[in-house]
Amino acid sequence: MGTLQSPVIPEMPGVLFPEIASAEEKFRTCIQCGVCSASCPMSDAMAFPPRKAVRMLLDGRLDEVVAGNTPWLCVSCHTCSARCPSQLLISDGLFPALRAAVMAAGKPLDQDLQTALQKTYLYGNPMGESPNKRADWSKTSGVPVPILSQLRRPVDVLWIVECYPSFDPRGQAISRLLARILYLLRVDFAILGREERCIGDCEWLAGERGLFEMLIERNIETLGKYHFKEILMTDPHAYRSLRRIYPSMGGRYAVKHYVEFLAERLDQLKPLLKKKVNATVTYHDSCCLGRKMSLYEEPRALLRAIPGLKLIEMSPNRESSICCGGGGSTIYLDHFIQEHMKDRLADRRVRQAAATGANVLAIACPFEPARFEDGAKMTGNEGKLLVRDIIELLAESMELT
Amino acid sequence: MKIAVVLKQVPDLVEGLEIDVSGKAVDPGTVRYILSESDDHALEEALLIKERVGGQVEVYSVDTGDAKETLITALAKGADHAILVNAELESSPDNHTAAQVFAPIFRERPFDLLLMGVRAIDDLDGSLGGLIAGLLDLPYVGLIRKVQVGAEPRSVVVEKEFPGGYAMELAAILPAVLGIQAAEQPPRYVPITRLRQMMKTAVVEELLVPTPHPHPLVVERLFKPEEGAGAAMLSGSPDQLSRQIADLIVERHLLR
Amino acid sequence: MNKDVVVVAEHFRGQLNEITFELLGKGREVAQGLGGKLIVFLLGEGAHRFTGELGAADRVWVAEAPEFREFVSEAYASWIGPKLKEAAPRLVLLGSTSVGLDLLGLLSTRCGFPCLDTCVRLEAKNGAVIATSQVYGGKVFAEVLLPEETTLVAAVPGSFAPEAGRVSGNPEVHALTVPPGQPASRVAFRKLIEPPPGDVDITRVSVLVGVGRGMQNAENLSLAQDLSAALGGAVCASRPVIDQGWLPLTRQVGKSGMKVKPKLYLAFGISGAPEHLEGMKQSETIIAVNTDPGAPIFSVAHYGAVVDALDLLPLLIEEIHNLSMKKAS
Repeated sequence: MGTLQSPVIPEMPGVLFPEIASAEEKFRTCIQCGVCSASCPMSDAMAFPPRKAVRMLLDGRLDEVVAGNTPWLCVSCHTCSARCPSQLLISDGLFPALRAAVMAAGKPLDQDLQTALQKTYLYGNPMGESPNKRADWSKTSGVPVPILSQLRRPVDVLWIVECYPSFDPRGQAISRLLARILYLLRVDFAILGREERCIGDCEWLAGERGLFEMLIERNIETLGKYHFKEILMTDPHAYRSLRRIYPSMGGRYAVKHYVEFLAERLDQLKPLLKKKVNATVTYHDSCCLGRKMSLYEEPRALLRAIPGLKLIEMSPNRESSICCGGGGSTIYLDHFIQEHMKDRLADRRVRQAAATGANVLAIACPFEPARFEDGAKMTGNEGKLLVRDIIELLAESMELT
Repeated sequence: MKIAVVLKQVPDLVEGLEIDVSGKAVDPGTVRYILSESDDHALEEALLIKERVGGQVEVYSVDTGDAKETLITALAKGADHAILVNAELESSPDNHTAAQVFAPIFRERPFDLLLMGVRAIDDLDGSLGGLIAGLLDLPYVGLIRKVQVGAEPRSVVVEKEFPGGYAMELAAILPAVLGIQAAEQPPRYVPITRLRQMMKTAVVEELLVPTPHPHPLVVERLFKPEEGAGAAMLSGSPDQLSRQIADLIVERHLLR
Repeated sequence: MNKDVVVVAEHFRGQLNEITFELLGKGREVAQGLGGKLIVFLLGEGAHRFTGELGAADRVWVAEAPEFREFVSEAYASWIGPKLKEAAPRLVLLGSTSVGLDLLGLLSTRCGFPCLDTCVRLEAKNGAVIATSQVYGGKVFAEVLLPEETTLVAAVPGSFAPEAGRVSGNPEVHALTVPPGQPASRVAFRKLIEPPPGDVDITRVSVLVGVGRGMQNAENLSLAQDLSAALGGAVCASRPVIDQGWLPLTRQVGKSGMKVKPKLYLAFGISGAPEHLEGMKQSETIIAVNTDPGAPIFSVAHYGAVVDALDLLPLLIEEIHNLSMKKAS
């Protein structure tokens, strides 16, 4: 396998469609082919699946769409836009704008979502944890995890840990393993600790433009205080926003997701992968790393490097992979979505994984462990199909667990 | 219907708080302030009443250095007028002091209804609503979960909470003061875009009033309870913990 | 001002509330410490029938009027206020309740008496009275030396032992005359709203599985339901869970919900706000599970574990099933 080249990702304009009126102009090129609705995993539950929603927009009947549940059922999986012949931004443009319209009209929001947004506004994370506790996970990592403000020198790599990997127990465990991997690779890195705030990808997709702007401003200000060569991300959602939206808002950095970062260092990593991990593994392409950012081969290269590990592809994969259902802000809308759709996306995906005969489902996004583990329970695969982050598998082979 | 709402900023417990060196007060350096939760409900209930019967909602807050954003948020939610009250106080006043700040204000600016949260987390000396009502010689009912305009003119019908899921329906002649426990729906959301716009454009009236001099209760000392002093803490993996807890259940002969 | 202690009795739906006995017990102790008398202020209609239960008091002032049948703060305050000013006791004890809390503020400013709420400890020492109150969600306690003037104190239910107030005795009963048309109240009782008919009366269940915000969403309640089914108990909840609509009002435990004293109270993801603790801290055995080692629930629990309830519950359910099966075989 030759050296992997990071794909060229075009930048997106900062903050799309401030008003639905300007959306109308952009959507005039829609040819109503229906590929979006056919591809949308949630279209059965929507009163106005993507194609219809665009039709309603062009007919000036968006208030009917805004009045119903459709805006809140989009999981931001990007399949619609990835396949749209007119390259319209549906999950990344129309749906956030619909959500913003609901909020601007003062209509009541789902309480879980409202709470997550309010907490993000106050504390910079949707869990409502004090920012002072943001680096607590690192205290038991067994290796030094320097805080950039205390380091007082430039650093090679700034690792932006993000909210779930900082506060969710499973996420924290994975963060600790990555810290140890970085230490063994002798990477000069640091984290922001209490200065870190949510990058804001989910808040943008939830329609909370103002909150996203506020977070962008705050984060660019914080990052502007320090000198670092590149930024390492563990959260694909945050990675996507930081790479594609922040530049147009003044925040231009060299950003890599851990799959790219570690894949670049495969030569260094391979000798450390001592222990055989005897598992048949199938890898789930997340929407952000996959369809949105085209990082397909890097995670596979990492998995293939693990001795004893057999990699099997599930169907569909890569660009056609289906979402775990937690995208955008729908991670806060589980209760709501359950009322509208009985067959959860995570369950569907787990069945596809189990059908390969694999005993491990590998992932690289912090939203996924809980969703797929729940999915394994719901589909009778508990114990038969384990869910592991690629970091956990690497760490097992490096005997760090 | 003219509805006045008093909003109070209280320490945010998410950030934790520490007691200062004197041992008699909370260290303000460790504290971040947010709107008292039941005051948020009082504002919501006021807005709901306005939406139903029309009128004006005026929000008041004592200036403790950070009340402005709270007042502007209230305007963004639909309040009509916001007043920041400056009584030249050094720190967040206790409720008796606050009552003495507000009573003269409301004598000058009469209301039909005065709403505020029935209790804030830093209340030590009783509900502000009751204290103000006593000074103005107005009726007061606390622990309200619903307010409706009465069939008779100048009256409201309220639901007051009692334990065990019971409630009492009462009719009050206006003007009246109500201590809100919960609004009929959760406090509404303000999109941050709107809030940020309003922070630039909103007008908040600043009202300077004489500093009152009540006799506050003397707090001899503030202290934190010893952590977990009550419970015998179990330890181990979730597996081990589940076995220990199951054993405790069996020991008490509660296994069927 | 004399050295007497006055307790304002509370009754609801034809019975004296337990807080009244808590206040009587503590009031008696403090009155004796001060060298004064314990007086009970009893308002109601047909309230005379309660006097037999007020043996802990030296004196009972009874005021009967139809307007006092149900508690209406306006009516009560307009009667109690002047009488207290006239009597000038050292201390007036109220419950920090739907009744007492309304009266506390009103009487304080109408009569010019200082007042203290959320009292959990009270003692007389060398003629002085020291009270301890809880603030900041129970995370901080404030010790207050009461001023040397008539002071109103509202106590958190469950702070004092009711048994100390249930003693036999022969208090002097003074019937106060209430002139007709009095009190003129600007607030009128209309009706009592009953709680919605419940499936389960959680006050009668011996094992309760309590859930709080730490359970994260309504779906996870099924774990609590499985556990409670395995133990033959019922699921109850703290207020935030009820407000979210995950369970009906009849399952709410706390200040404005039910007060429960089961043999076993298992608390999952409940932080232990004072309002909740008030409703369950007298349970025989409390086992609390919370990810926050500083959660106030641990101060009343007998056993605690710092772990995610969602991780623990499936394992605990399985363990109980295994043990039950072993027991059966």
